[in-house]
Amino acid sequence: MNIYKPVVMRLLEAREEAPDVRTFRLEFLDAAARSDFFSRYRVGQFGLYGVPGAGESTFCVASPPTRQEYIECTFRKNGRVTQALQDREAGQCITFRGPYGNCFPMDSWRGKDILFVAGGIALPPVRSVIWNVLDRRSDFGAVTIVYGARTAADLVYKDELEQWGARPDVNLMLTVDPGGQTPEWKGKVDFVPNLLKALPAAANSVAVVCGPPIMIKLSLPVLRERGFSTADIYTTLENRMKCGVGKCGRCNVGPMYVCKDGPVFTAKQLETLPQADM
Amino acid sequence: MKLLRADRLAELAAALAARGYRVIAPIRQGRIVRLAEWRPGAAIETAGISANSVKDFLFPRSEIIDRYSLNGGDFVQKEVTPEAIKTVALAVRPCDAGSVSVLDTVFNWDSNDAFYNARREACTVVSLACVRADEHCFCTSVGGSPGSSEGADAVLRAAGGGEQLIFEPLTPKGRALAEAAGGALAEGEAAADPVAEIPLRFDIKAVRDWLAGNFESPLWQEFASACLGCGACAYACPSCHCFDMQDESNRKESVRYRNWDSCGLALFTLHTSGHNPRSTQTARWRQRVMHKLSYIPQRFNLTACMGCGRCSRLCPNGLAISETCEKIARLCKANHEGGTP
Repeated sequence: MNIYKPVVMRLLEAREEAPDVRTFRLEFLDAAARSDFFSRYRVGQFGLYGVPGAGESTFCVASPPTRQEYIECTFRKNGRVTQALQDREAGQCITFRGPYGNCFPMDSWRGKDILFVAGGIALPPVRSVIWNVLDRRSDFGAVTIVYGARTAADLVYKDELEQWGARPDVNLMLTVDPGGQTPEWKGKVDFVPNLLKALPAAANSVAVVCGPPIMIKLSLPVLRERGFSTADIYTTLENRMKCGVGKCGRCNVGPMYVCKDGPVFTAKQLETLPQADM
Repeated sequence: MKLLRADRLAELAAALAARGYRVIAPIRQGRIVRLAEWRPGAAIETAGISANSVKDFLFPRSEIIDRYSLNGGDFVQKEVTPEAIKTVALAVRPCDAGSVSVLDTVFNWDSNDAFYNARREACTVVSLACVRADEHCFCTSVGGSPGSSEGADAVLRAAGGGEQLIFEPLTPKGRALAEAAGGALAEGEAAADPVAEIPLRFDIKAVRDWLAGNFESPLWQEFASACLGCGACAYACPSCHCFDMQDESNRKESVRYRNWDSCGLALFTLHTSGHNPRSTQTARWRQRVMHKLSYIPQRFNLTACMGCGRCSRLCPNGLAISETCEKIARLCKANHEGGTP
């Protein structure tokens, strides 16, 4: 078997999320490939999405395993491959390899409160977890989502933010950086780490934190202060990757391969890795 | 035991070629000796170490791993079948044979790389024990030895003061090769010549212990200062295995290649965002040393440096991983004795 051979998927729909950011809804052409994918897929895993002639790019799978008709990914146009992907139109095909990597240990979260913290384009890896939690809502305690972006236009999944905000069983806090608000903006104008300071103290809670390095860096001390242990704070790394299966060496950090040992790590695990190589 | 005259290696190559083997052997190409496909009439040069390693024939510098036919915006995926021709790597060095276990592990530790495995299964490795070494050789410092048979299907050992070679089959593949060689090998008795003396250059355990606790050491800057970031060391290295994947296309067809890559190159870890976790040559040289001597040993219980010295023979600026290790070992010794390095 050729482990580098992708499957072919059809683009059902490309949704505009924010400037240059799109969500692809993809369906498997082949029923066997679909059932193989969903027999293995857990939230937190990633895939390699490609266009022949351009190459492949790595993004998380942004849809949960509880929705088995399709998979979704959300990405910003930023280079040759992402340009080629966004040039695809509904009905055309792309290539896909995955699911790869480890996952969020959701089964160990049963009965716990869950705090999601995300910044900008880093909501997609958290979104699959959020939907997975909401699709199994009674398994978990309180659900809090803190999401911020530079500007109101940069917030992704705007329809879903409304859905989450309307649910009585979700506490959603939205914020944009000062200067990023529009006249209609109803959320906060502040930085994500500041919002975390107002949260109740953690008890039997886990946090899932994804965002730009500076947001993560400033959020971690606040979460510690709110009572989260580093073993209960999860994040997902996005190193440059090529093979996705622990061979090509590109995502090696310390003794870890991010593609195999990650992309999901606890803050406690990250402390053991060489910080300068991150 | 099976013997052949040392000056008749080409006859062994011819016999094996006649039995359908592609014969890879050290052959002079201008000023350098390289492992290359043997052709009738070519002399096999065993005096020194070849510039390239056996890796080239198990994990080639460039190979097609995926293929599509294109039609406007549509594409059709084509099958790429891993295949390999029966090959013998003849008179390669013990460090070459030893490096194969690193490649075997990386390409099979979690999932199996069919491209590598097809070549690996089709390849018989015949090493030639070293009776000479040069100042770049340091296999004894990283757990190897000039007479080692590790990873080899058969070993050739010089005998009778270099007049003869003992052919010692070790595996079923090695024995099949001996059979295929037919009359090119004769029965006889001979005593093997002493192998090369390769002095111990550093204490690998002390080096590893230092590496485990000194990622942040300012000394890395000094160790790396000669590194130009050209990647030549990685390409010559028998166990370096990092690769890139790139597409190449025309209007009708697109092929996906995997190509050798190197952690010494600046683009290796560059993110689309512009962030580069290893943005300095110091960080990249440190990664090279750590990956070989700390991370792979931690993960797979293997050393990913064979001490062949190819990197330092080739480095345009005289940088050597052995020298970094020697500096570290000296430092450890000085610290241990309470003095200053």
